[in-house]
Amino acid sequence: MVSKQYPRLGETVFHEILENGLHIYVDRRRNFQKSYAFFATNYGGMDMRFHQDGRWKDTPAGVAHFLEHKMFDTKDGNALQDLAANGASPNAFTSSALTGYYFESTEKFFDNLKILLSFVSVPYFTEESVDKEQGIIGQEIRMVEDDPDNQVFYALMECLYDHHPIRVPIAGTQASIAKITAGTLYSCHKAFYNPANMVLTVAGDVDPEQVCAIAKEILPNESLPQIDRDYGGEEDSNAACGEKELTMEVSTPIFQLGFKCDPAQRGEAWLQRELTGELACEALLGSSSPLYAKLYSQGLINKNFGYGFELYPGCALMVAGGESRDPRAVRDAVLAEGERLAQEGIDPDLFQRLKKGVYGAKVRGLNSFEFTCISMAQSHFAGVDYFRFPELFDGITKETVEDGIRRWVTAQRCGLAVVRPGEGKA
Amino acid sequence: MKVTRIELQPGVWLTAVQTKKFKSSVLGARFLTPLTAETAACNALIPMVLRRGTQSHPDLESISAVLDELYGGSLEPVVRKKGETQCVGFVGSFLDDAYTLEKEKILEPAVALLAELIGNPYTQNGTFCPEYTKQEKANLTDQIRAQVNDKQQYAQMRVVAEMCAGEPFGVDKLGSEPAVEAITHQSLWDGYQNLLREARVELYYCGSADPDRVQAAFGPLLAVLPKDGNRTGLIRPAKKKAPKQPRRVEEALDVTQGKLSMGFRTNTDAWDEQYPALALINAIYGGTTTSKLFMNVREKLSLCYYASSGLMKYKDVMLVSSGVEFDKVGQAEAEILSQLYKCQTGDFSDDELEWARRSVVSTLRTTLDNQSRLEDYWLGQGAAGLTEGPDELAERVEAVTRAQVVEAAQDLTLDTVYFLKGRE
Repeated sequence: MVSKQYPRLGETVFHEILENGLHIYVDRRRNFQKSYAFFATNYGGMDMRFHQDGRWKDTPAGVAHFLEHKMFDTKDGNALQDLAANGASPNAFTSSALTGYYFESTEKFFDNLKILLSFVSVPYFTEESVDKEQGIIGQEIRMVEDDPDNQVFYALMECLYDHHPIRVPIAGTQASIAKITAGTLYSCHKAFYNPANMVLTVAGDVDPEQVCAIAKEILPNESLPQIDRDYGGEEDSNAACGEKELTMEVSTPIFQLGFKCDPAQRGEAWLQRELTGELACEALLGSSSPLYAKLYSQGLINKNFGYGFELYPGCALMVAGGESRDPRAVRDAVLAEGERLAQEGIDPDLFQRLKKGVYGAKVRGLNSFEFTCISMAQSHFAGVDYFRFPELFDGITKETVEDGIRRWVTAQRCGLAVVRPGEGKA
Repeated sequence: MKVTRIELQPGVWLTAVQTKKFKSSVLGARFLTPLTAETAACNALIPMVLRRGTQSHPDLESISAVLDELYGGSLEPVVRKKGETQCVGFVGSFLDDAYTLEKEKILEPAVALLAELIGNPYTQNGTFCPEYTKQEKANLTDQIRAQVNDKQQYAQMRVVAEMCAGEPFGVDKLGSEPAVEAITHQSLWDGYQNLLREARVELYYCGSADPDRVQAAFGPLLAVLPKDGNRTGLIRPAKKKAPKQPRRVEEALDVTQGKLSMGFRTNTDAWDEQYPALALINAIYGGTTTSKLFMNVREKLSLCYYASSGLMKYKDVMLVSSGVEFDKVGQAEAEILSQLYKCQTGDFSDDELEWARRSVVSTLRTTLDNQSRLEDYWLGQGAAGLTEGPDELAERVEAVTRAQVVEAAQDLTLDTVYFLKGRE
C-alpha cells in the first residue's frame, strides 16, 4: 500500500488498487473506539439507461434503491442481522449518483468487513422476496410522499431540468417499482457491482494492510469493463420552467430556490467547481452575507434557511430553501443581490472572512468518519483526491466566485418550488 | 480522554473534556431550570433573542463576521429537555487551535464572544430590543407550528403530551403558542434576569486544551454571572403508574400513512440501580435492527415501514413508534403488545440478549468519539447530578443478568395509545 500524509489536515491515508480494479482508501485515525467502512458502487438513482450486452437498456425508476434494500438478503438469512449481532451499526443509502453500504463498529471490525464485502458482492434474490420488498418500499415511498421537504425538492428538480434523470425520485414510484423483477436486479447488479466500478473507504484505528488482504480474499478477481450510461443528452443552460407549487398540510410555506449551474469536468476541476459553488452560495446568501441579514430581519427567512451547492455527473446546481411567508420575495431579493454582486463584486474583506469560515468548516467536517468516507468515495468517482481540498481552496479567487455568480444567478437559470399550507395535494 | 468537573461558583459547574482526537473544540453554556408551562416559552425565547446582537456586535452580520474570523465557528441557541429540567443557552463548535492557518488561538476569543452574548446583550432603553423580540417570537411560533411537519416526531410529542398531561414532563420544551404570544420585551427581560440569577449553570468544553487553560478562558463568562444568586437545585421527576385501561387518543391529519405511538411507564429512570437492565430490554424489544419489533412487526409481517422503541432516560417513560397503513393499525398494535409479552415472559434467546448488549455498549462507547453526543450526554448527567461516564455505564450494562432484564420488562405497562390517521 502507498501511504500519503496530509500535514494540513493531520491525516495519513493508505491507498491500494487491487487487480480486479477496486480502489481502497484507509484513513488511519488513532485513539478512536469506532471504525467505519464504506463500500460504494458508482451507480445511483439517475443511472436508469445504460449499455449492456451490446444494446441500450432502459430500467424502471427506483432499481438502484430497490437493489440496496435487497442486497442485505443472503442465502443464509440477512446480513443486517449478522452485522448487528456483532455489535455493528450497519446501513445503506442510495443517492442520485451512488449506492453505499456501511457499518460502524467498536468490536470485530475485520469480521464485519468480511460480511460487508461479501453480501454486497454476492446477489441473492427470489421472486418471492422481491414481491415482499415491493410492499416495504411502497410504504417508504408513501412516507416520503408525506414529507414536504422531499416533495419540494423534486418539484424544484422538475423546475430546473427538462430531462436529466436527477428529476426522478431515487426510490421511484409505486408504479415504477411494480415493474421490477428478480431478473432486473440481477442484470443491474452484474452491470454496476463489479469491483472496478466500486470503491472501499475506511476510517479508524485499523491496520490498512489487513483491510487489503480481506478485500482480496472476499471479492472476485476478474475485472469487467466500465458501463456507458445515458442521461438524455446535454441540458439547456436555462431552467425548464420558472415555478412549481404544491399544497400539503404544513404550517408555513416551504420553498426551495435553485439555480442551474454548468456541470463540471472530472478531476481537480470537479473539486474546484464544488469549492467555487460553495463560496458563491456563502457570498450570495450565506449566513454572513448582507442579504441573509436583510431577509432574516424582514422575517422572510428563519433559522431553518439552508443552502448548498450540488454536483452530479451532467448537472450542477445552487439550492437554497426553508420556510417563508413569501418565497417569491426571497427569490426576487436573491436575483437582485446576484445582479448587484455581478456588477460591484464581492466585498474583499467579506470574501477573506468567508474563505476562512468555509475552510474551518471543511476541516471540522473530517471529524465525522461517515462524512470522511463518503467524501473520499464521491471524490474517487469524480477522479480527484478529496484531501487535496486545502491546496485547491487556496487557489480560488474572488474573481472566480464572482464569475460563477454572474453566469448562474440569473432569472433564466432560476427555479422556485413552493409547498403551500392547505388540505390535500394539488 | 480526561473529564474534569468543577464547581466554579455556587451552582455554576464546568465540565472540561480534554482530548486531541477531534479537529474541533466544543463550547457550551446552558441555564437549567424546572420545566413549567408558565416559563417554558420565555426561557426558550431568551437565547434566540440574545443571539441577535450584543453591545459591541449589535446585529447578526457583525456576529457572523466574528465567527468567520474564528474559522467559521458556530454558537447556536439550544433548548433541550432533560427529564423535567429545561436547558437553554448556547452550544458552539470551533476549529481546534492545531489546524488554524497562522496557529492562532481560538478558545479564548470564542469564550469571550459567548460571554458577550450572555452578559452584554444589545438593549434599548434598558431592556431587550422590541424589534428583535418581535421577530424571534414569530420564529419561535413558527418552530412550534412546524412540529406538525415531521409526522413521526409529532406523533411522539403528542403521545407524551397526552400521557404526561399534568406532569411537568408533558410540557413541550418550546412552550405553547399562547405563552409565546403573551411575552413582551419587558417580561422577556425580567425572565432573563431571573435566569441569570437563579438558574443552575452548566458550562462545557471538549477539545485539546487542558482544564486550567479552559477554566481561565471561562473567566469573562463568570464575570457576567451574578454572584448573589440562589441557584436552583437538581430535579428528579416523580414516577407514575399507568391507568388500568390505557388511554386512547386519535387525531386526523392529511397523511397517507398512519403513525402509531404508544407510551409505556417503565418504573425506572437513570438514577435507578436497574437502569442498565431497562436499557437492555429496550434494545431487545425495539431499540435495534435485531430487536423483536424490527424483526417481527417490520420484517416478518411487513406490517409497517418502521417500528421501534426508545427510552426517555431521565423519566420513567418508553415510547414505541411505528408507521402503518390505516387499516393495519389494530394488527400492528396487537403484534407490538404480543412482542412485549415475549420480553416479559423471558421468551428471547441468549443471542437476542447478547446482540442487544453489544448494541447498547457500542452506542455508549462511540459517544466518546462524537463531540456533540458527548456534550449532550454530559448535559443530561449534569442536569441529573449524576457523574457516571458513558464508558462506566457500558461496564454496568455488561454485568446485567437475564433475570434482571426480565424483571425490567415486567415493569413495562402501557399507558397511552396515540394514533394519527388520515382524513376521511
